[in-house]
Amino acid sequence: MSAEAAAGRPLLSIRDLRTYFHTSDGIARSVDGVSFDIFPGETLAVVGESGCGKSVTAFTIMGLVPVPPGRVEGGEILLGDRDLLKLPESAMRDVRGNDISMVFQEPMTSLNPILTIGRQISEAILRHKDVTKVEARRLSIEMLSRVGIPSPERRADEYPHQLSGGMKQRAMIAMALVCRPRLLIADEPTTALDVTIQSQILDLLNDLREEFEMSVLLITHDLGVVAEVADRVIVMYAGKVVESAGVVDLFERPGHPYTRALFRSLPSLEHRGEALQVIPGNVPNPLDFPSGCRFRTRCPIARPECATTDPQLIEAAPRHLVACPFSSDGGDAQ
Amino acid sequence: MPSNATSIESPPDGSGMPSGSASAVVNRTPWQILWLKLERNRVAMAAMWLLVLLYALAVFADFISPYSYDAQDAKRSFHPPHLLGRIHVVDEQGNWGRPFVYGSKLANVYDKEYSEDRSAKYPIRLLAEGSEYRLLWFIPMKTHLFGVDEPARLYLFGGDQFGRDILSRILYGGRISLSVGIVGIAISTSIGMLVGGIAGYFGGAVDFGLMRLVELILALPSLYLILVLRQSFGANMSSTQLYLIIILILSFIGWASIARVIRGMVLSIKEQEYVIAAQALGFSRMWIVLRHILPNTLSFVIVTATLSVPFYILGEVALSFLGVGVQEPEASWGNMLQAAQNLRYLTDYSWILTPGVFIFLAVMAWNVFGDGLRDAADPRTER
Repeated sequence: MSAEAAAGRPLLSIRDLRTYFHTSDGIARSVDGVSFDIFPGETLAVVGESGCGKSVTAFTIMGLVPVPPGRVEGGEILLGDRDLLKLPESAMRDVRGNDISMVFQEPMTSLNPILTIGRQISEAILRHKDVTKVEARRLSIEMLSRVGIPSPERRADEYPHQLSGGMKQRAMIAMALVCRPRLLIADEPTTALDVTIQSQILDLLNDLREEFEMSVLLITHDLGVVAEVADRVIVMYAGKVVESAGVVDLFERPGHPYTRALFRSLPSLEHRGEALQVIPGNVPNPLDFPSGCRFRTRCPIARPECATTDPQLIEAAPRHLVACPFSSDGGDAQ
Repeated sequence: MPSNATSIESPPDGSGMPSGSASAVVNRTPWQILWLKLERNRVAMAAMWLLVLLYALAVFADFISPYSYDAQDAKRSFHPPHLLGRIHVVDEQGNWGRPFVYGSKLANVYDKEYSEDRSAKYPIRLLAEGSEYRLLWFIPMKTHLFGVDEPARLYLFGGDQFGRDILSRILYGGRISLSVGIVGIAISTSIGMLVGGIAGYFGGAVDFGLMRLVELILALPSLYLILVLRQSFGANMSSTQLYLIIILILSFIGWASIARVIRGMVLSIKEQEYVIAAQALGFSRMWIVLRHILPNTLSFVIVTATLSVPFYILGEVALSFLGVGVQEPEASWGNMLQAAQNLRYLTDYSWILTPGVFIFLAVMAWNVFGDGLRDAADPRTER
């Protein structure tokens, strides 16, 4: 992505990131040359199917990839001037939860069942800030109240099993944001919640992003969620970024054949009563990706040369990058 | 959706253990829930109170026992138990009164047969004066719970070959035999949790090395290992040293199985999202092991520990019975049974087996109590 694409310097820059998993069956190239920027105050959504490498990208940013079997093979993750991949573990621990926080998919299991909510949030504060326990507790209750938990003083003394799923996710968000990080990585934060709670949580994330002036990296497979909150979108397929665009741009003019196929497989009002379209074939095995373009085995406009050349991200329109050289000519002829 | 444990409000439970159960929504800690479930299990509660009784008897052994554990009486070797028909409430004249015993005469020196000397009666006194001791290792006292006047001697459970009171020795012996279990389990559980926690969480070569060590210890026959370890410590030692060595030996064997199970639990707990969430908040690995992972194994550990206490009690018994544990004149339930290795003693003076009853009671009680704890800690049983 070109530097002039957005105002100001990016908060986080990822350059040619490669995270491989060395398994007994071979090397899984889960993240293979991913680059993107996150700018201050924006919500960047990363979408893709299961196994496309979006969660591994998030875990790599956090430095939480389990080291055997995983390994970061190369690239840079620049937070300001610091390359997170070069930081020693102790310095990285100070970044986690303080500069970059993460919220997970499964609120039911993301809180320690034997510690009270207030305790868990207080400990996160005490880990990074030089405050007294009393002060930490006060801040925890304040934060619980901010994320919309009613009677936070009482809830702070409750155990996770006493809270509903939506409440737990709110508590998780409180815990992640209590040290005011600059970047929040939300890994499918609403997947496990029912639809009404889902939009409440998304609204909450949006409000907090504005209030705390932070950026959000939203990992999701749900294009509805993307439409609701994202400013920009990265589409990943088989460990690579295949498209990057502003959210309106992407929804109106999807460039990459994969993105188009994704949109076609969504239920829509125009095609009521018809069977949903599916993308033919399966997600390729990460141990054995196709040569050249990794989508070519399922691509409706694939050509012989797709097998030999690795498509690069090209600027199909201003601030709209697509990793397919044929997207403009084949796209409309569906 | 709001699945919580607050709607317990059990009507039949009148005992009301946790203090503030007035409001409709009660914040119960996991421990309170455990206790509530345990409280309803009558058998387990009976076992618990039996254990409390046994341990109280051991702690207050010097007050409750009429004699010291080493008070010999050469003229009363293998005195039969007074409890077997030698406590009277009706005297020669047919008068009823408080319980008393007669003095005893050695009727047959060779077979150690004692007859009652009806010339004088010795009432059993409560709070009788006797030998000096320090209550709770601190307060000097001479009063014992009960006793008879000199020159008579009370042998409720009979006497051993040196004329020592078996009841007194059982009470004193309980101090050793029962505490071995608690101290031993504390040591081996700590080691087991630490080793299992480290192996499970850090994985890789650390895990491999530690688990091979565990397997090595588990593979050796434990009695053989006990004897090998015991001989390596040499022969001349004070009773305190011996006591510590017994605990060390038993703990050295006991931690391995705990470590192995803890490792398995840690392997599954560390994949839980709250552990990853804790990492994402910047906590160190050791903090996560100690604060998040091991405490979540605790309910299991407590159950296992409770169920393994009998291993230590029986281990001490075995060591002392074989003569490599607690040494005379110190009493332990195991070394008291040493006398039963002599077949003639066993057949003629079968009361020397009484410590076995206490071993049985203690082991049974620990097992039943542990079973109850396991049921209470199991979230699948209804609350």
